[in-house]
Amino acid sequence: MRFRLIAAALAGAGLFSANAYAQTEIQWWHSMGGALGEALNGVANQFNASQKDYKVVTSFKGTYGESMTAAIAAFRAGSAPHLVQVFEVGTATMMAAKGAIVPVAKVMADAKEPFDPNAYLPTVTGYYSDLKGNMLSFPFNSSTALFYIDRNKFKAAGLPPVPPKTWKELIAAAEKLKAAGQDCVYTTGWPSWVHIENFSAWHNVPIGTKQNGMGGFDTQFTVNSPLHVRHVSMLADMAKKGLFTYAGRGNQADGKFQAGECAMATISAGALAGTIKAGKTDWELSFLPYHDDVKGAPQNSIIGGASLWVMAGRKPEEYKGVAKFFAFLSRPEVQMEWHTSTGYVPITKAAYELTQKSGFYAKNPGRDLPVRQLTNKAPTENSKGLRFGNFVQGRTVIEEELENVFSGKKEPKAALDDAVRRGNEILRQFEAANK
Amino acid sequence: MEKRVVFRSAWLPYALVAPQIAITLVFFFWPAAQAVWYSLHLQDAFGLKVQFVGLANFATLFKDSNYLASFKVTALFSVLVAFFGIAISLLLATMADRVLRGAMAYKTLLIWPYAVAPAVAGVLWAFIFAPSIGILTYILKGWGVDWNWIIKGDQAMLLVVIAAVWKQISYNFLFFLAGLQSIPKSLIEAAAIDGASPFRRFWTIVFPLLSPTTFFLLVVNIVYAFFDTFGVIDATTQGGPGQSTNILVYKVYHDGVKAADLGGSSAQSVILMFIVIVLTVAQFRFIERKVQY
Repeated sequence: MRFRLIAAALAGAGLFSANAYAQTEIQWWHSMGGALGEALNGVANQFNASQKDYKVVTSFKGTYGESMTAAIAAFRAGSAPHLVQVFEVGTATMMAAKGAIVPVAKVMADAKEPFDPNAYLPTVTGYYSDLKGNMLSFPFNSSTALFYIDRNKFKAAGLPPVPPKTWKELIAAAEKLKAAGQDCVYTTGWPSWVHIENFSAWHNVPIGTKQNGMGGFDTQFTVNSPLHVRHVSMLADMAKKGLFTYAGRGNQADGKFQAGECAMATISAGALAGTIKAGKTDWELSFLPYHDDVKGAPQNSIIGGASLWVMAGRKPEEYKGVAKFFAFLSRPEVQMEWHTSTGYVPITKAAYELTQKSGFYAKNPGRDLPVRQLTNKAPTENSKGLRFGNFVQGRTVIEEELENVFSGKKEPKAALDDAVRRGNEILRQFEAANK
Repeated sequence: MEKRVVFRSAWLPYALVAPQIAITLVFFFWPAAQAVWYSLHLQDAFGLKVQFVGLANFATLFKDSNYLASFKVTALFSVLVAFFGIAISLLLATMADRVLRGAMAYKTLLIWPYAVAPAVAGVLWAFIFAPSIGILTYILKGWGVDWNWIIKGDQAMLLVVIAAVWKQISYNFLFFLAGLQSIPKSLIEAAAIDGASPFRRFWTIVFPLLSPTTFFLLVVNIVYAFFDTFGVIDATTQGGPGQSTNILVYKVYHDGVKAADLGGSSAQSVILMFIVIVLTVAQFRFIERKVQY
């Protein structure tokens, strides 16, 4: 990768001497390692080759958390990059930092770059837009949670190899799988993201007041509603009966499913590439299970992943380059390549249609499920996304309380009440700090 | 006769200690003062809006029952790490001290883990004990032990204690070995001639003579357990399950570095600093009296 960067730098130098004018550099800090990093550099190189005025320079800054911390530190030291990739839970923190960031809508307007917010998928951009629909950050890599099953395990237990649609069906299948000697029946990644955040959107119930925090900082969590308590109680009961194996707070469940250990899993759509590569399961993807007696369910799921934030304090000329880069990123063919090579969802409708037309989904069944699940219905106030201040801490609190339930230390209702109480304290602290 | 070096120059002694003082000022006093300043302020992640809030950050912490619970977890963790860290390395040092052939090889191997970063030590043990693929998990399963620290709090605690102790044993070992080698052989031989068993010789001669080393290591190990172990926690349990392994320093790291809540995190580190100062003073006042130099 370093070699490629040097090569790109040399190529840039060549252009410089030939054309006798300076290229404006755009610094882009990101968190995409491995194959994803290569895909990201591919996008940057394509942009650099497509025009001569600007050059996007990428630098890998570690995990999402590390990139964000690095960008904050750089801003405090007066040397922030132009673009930084920030994970979805950092959205409220970035958005509140007026003076540290420039909204994407403003970058585009200032540069007079044509920009139509309606061209984008609403569930994807809604997460990163203000209430008026102005895009604040540019959605770059978005995925959602999906339901995976291993057909081999279903067949071995004498079950028809089709993914259960509802939680009731899932439990019925789980009991048969357990009876047939399956050790890890069902597991989940990202417990808060899947079982609180996506669960709420999927059943059209709020995660917090004020449109899940999008309407203002004076929001409160509502994840102790009867439906949430019922769902968490169900999971606790499954855990007690050995039907649900807890795998941890991050993506540890990916590995468990991919290794062929578990029969069913709710994990990120992004885990598909790894599942195919591991080749140990006869996997099938489907929508997240839902409770069929809840009115309006299933609604639509919400995204996870990261977006690009434009940092303040740079020259207007440089922001023009950033706008050009965003316009380039929005092109259907660029989006399609990113979508098909990484598994992240396309962000524009045109890109989705182009991918459909190309026959990619016909050849790769299941790869259109994330988009279909995200756009299952027109998003409501409860399913547009969420925006809670300091949600890095908020999510930890929710996960701690869920673990207290799964380990049998607390009753579901008490744990979720505590999650709301502790979460609200964090929200008030954030509100006070950003008055 | 007084054992004291007298400098003729007025400035030379100051110049000689200046680098040491400078390092202490820059790397200890300055950040500590900053932590105190931050702890009295509320600010957003980017430092755009800073407001003086007095002791509000501290009040928030002490209202939080989970923060108070974290003290208990930290106390348990620190006592376990310091005790096992010292006991195991003392045992290893006494055994290594007796080895005549290949002593260098044993010593080198025992000192090796010290070169391993805490986070790496954490990952290493997390792999060995991983709930589904860990080699020790496999063995434990064979013995009928249901090993799953992802959801069992006491097992998670055991895991982080093992990783933290393993990491610190080398350091303690080095000091104990040096201490043992400075004990005059004639003392032990005299006791042996008088018919004292090896066990008796150890407790009546060796251990008291090692007490300055043990005391020093006690202080260092407590400080290690309090401050240096967040890498181990971050790489393994991240404070979970629930809050079973959420020690004070990990919460400082999580809130400050990961969640960019500088006010709250600084208030916690000021409290932590205060605890360690009190502990160290207490150790010097009460335990040091029993030390025989």
